Amino acid sequence: MKKSINTDIAFTHIITRKRQTLVAALGVTIGVGVYLFMNSLSSGFGTFSKGEMFKNSPHIKIYKADELSLPLISSDSGHKAVIINPQITTNSKKIINPEELLSRIKQQPYVVNAIAQVSFDAFYNRGKAQLRGNGYGINILEYDAMFKTGKYIVAGSLNRLSGNLNGIIIGSGIAEKLNLGVNDNITVTSSYNVVKVMKIVGIYSSGNSLTDNAKSYMNISAAQQFIKEGPSYVSDIFINVPDADNSEKYAAMLQHLTAYKVEDWKTTNADVLATEKTRGTLMGAISLSILVVAAFGIYNILSSTIAQKINDIAILKATGFAGKDVIRIFLMEALIMGFIGTLMGLMVGSILIAIMSTIYMGGPVGYFPIHFEPALFAKSTVLGLFITLCAGYFPARKAAKVDPVEIFRK
Amino acid sequence: MKNREVILSTRSLGKYFYDPIKFKVLDNISFEAYKGEFLTLVGKSGSGKSTLLYCLSTMDTSYEGELFINNEIITGKKINELAALRNKSIGFIFQFHYLLPEFTCLKNVMIPALKLGKYSYKEVEERAYNKLDILGIKEQALKPASKLSGGQQQRVAIARALINDPAIIMCDEPTGNLDSKNAQIVFDTFKQIAHEFGQTIIAVTHDNDFSQSSDRTIELADGKIISHEKKNN
Repeated sequence: MKKSINTDIAFTHIITRKRQTLVAALGVTIGVGVYLFMNSLSSGFGTFSKGEMFKNSPHIKIYKADELSLPLISSDSGHKAVIINPQITTNSKKIINPEELLSRIKQQPYVVNAIAQVSFDAFYNRGKAQLRGNGYGINILEYDAMFKTGKYIVAGSLNRLSGNLNGIIIGSGIAEKLNLGVNDNITVTSSYNVVKVMKIVGIYSSGNSLTDNAKSYMNISAAQQFIKEGPSYVSDIFINVPDADNSEKYAAMLQHLTAYKVEDWKTTNADVLATEKTRGTLMGAISLSILVVAAFGIYNILSSTIAQKINDIAILKATGFAGKDVIRIFLMEALIMGFIGTLMGLMVGSILIAIMSTIYMGGPVGYFPIHFEPALFAKSTVLGLFITLCAGYFPARKAAKVDPVEIFRK
Repeated sequence: MKNREVILSTRSLGKYFYDPIKFKVLDNISFEAYKGEFLTLVGKSGSGKSTLLYCLSTMDTSYEGELFINNEIITGKKINELAALRNKSIGFIFQFHYLLPEFTCLKNVMIPALKLGKYSYKEVEERAYNKLDILGIKEQALKPASKLSGGQQQRVAIARALINDPAIIMCDEPTGNLDSKNAQIVFDTFKQIAHEFGQTIIAVTHDNDFSQSSDRTIELADGKIISHEKKNN
């Protein structure tokens, strides 16, 4: 039996003071429970909104950025050439030799997925009714692998588009407004005045009305015809990497491969990310303050225990217990309370998460996006124990400083 | 008759109280206590006898002069060293028992020995039973300390002071709260401890019967030793 006498005393105190222990533990329970729950909420929602973002934007995008006109005269003639009021060039925004670039990107070990896309401004017509939108030329199977578009197909199928130059998949908003269904024909016009009658092979509904009302998908070559370009024209290259959180690192590596603009999703969505961060900080601050309040419970209970047990502390010190033994005894008591409280808090948090995950939010969200995240459980446990340790330390130190002579002489 | 081995001695011990005004409580106290001696400290209230005891106990360290225990200088040692020394070599008995109310009598007696860690748990338990037996309260061993009568509680406290076989046992008014019957039991026990087991007892008391039957009485007045009454030397 390798139980030290300090532990023995601490446990006896805890056992003989069940009610106080429970009260202190309940404080921690609420603190840890709420901390776990709020952070799970925040994290679940964060993951969800990131997922929403990745529905139609990749981790990294390569495109040709607008560039300002430069003087045609070379500057090595000794003269300085200046363009007054420079503007962006009217050069086409195509990526030159995309096949070669794409295959080079695909060779990178960290690239999970890379696809090419041709985008153009499109007008959807039926009779006299006209809608504005965007057409996207893609390889539908590769696109599906990256964005899971298949999940949102509500009529027709993705596979019917592959190899079908005349096929098109439209958003549910377009279908509704023009009263079109699968196998109907739709007239698509581009801003280059190319008009094509296409067959609807699928309808998708992503839940985002901006997308559903505007975007349509077709094969790359169909899109290239719309903008009167040859088969080598590509407007964007989309790349997915294994770890979206470190996309900027991969973007920097990709930038070495090409002169075109490489942009990661964090740059594109800086505003969304900032909002996310603000919300996370807010949630963290609120839940942390609740935990701190819980710690005061431990502080209080322990302080009153020590005040009541001042005689016991004096005799322990007289019979040879050093200050550090006294600190250990009371810290152990705080830790036991904290441990019980944390354990119950994790349970309470789990119950709250379980309840929350059955609440239906409607729309594209469905059930509330909250999950059991082991990392958050670990974090709550560590924080709960750490805070009780801090709260226990101050009363314990006070107990260690009790002067036995003062007590005995009373 | 007895060997005259010095167990504790002081050299010019002095101490001040600063509250409310600077006041010399102990003045140039030098004396020696011998192994197996039953020594009492007497004096009027305010004579400094308790103050002296707490200086000797190593719990009060703010004094001038020097204190020796077992021919080793104690003055200036660190608090943790002093705690270990008390654990091993000094037993305490106060007017109030200071038993831990949540523990059984047996456990109360065992705690200093468990802290010392010299014996296994089983051996400590056996020794504690043994001490309680000497004090005639073995039957109460497993009762909570708070359930005993005052006299019994004080005897448990004595057993606790004896558990580590300390060289010195210090007492502050050990019979102050006891009726004469219980006081007699305590007194007899002290005699037995000193004379049979060779442990030194230093007791502060104002009980005349108690001091008269001790081996030696040191009387203090105004912080000075005024008599070293020696008896059966």
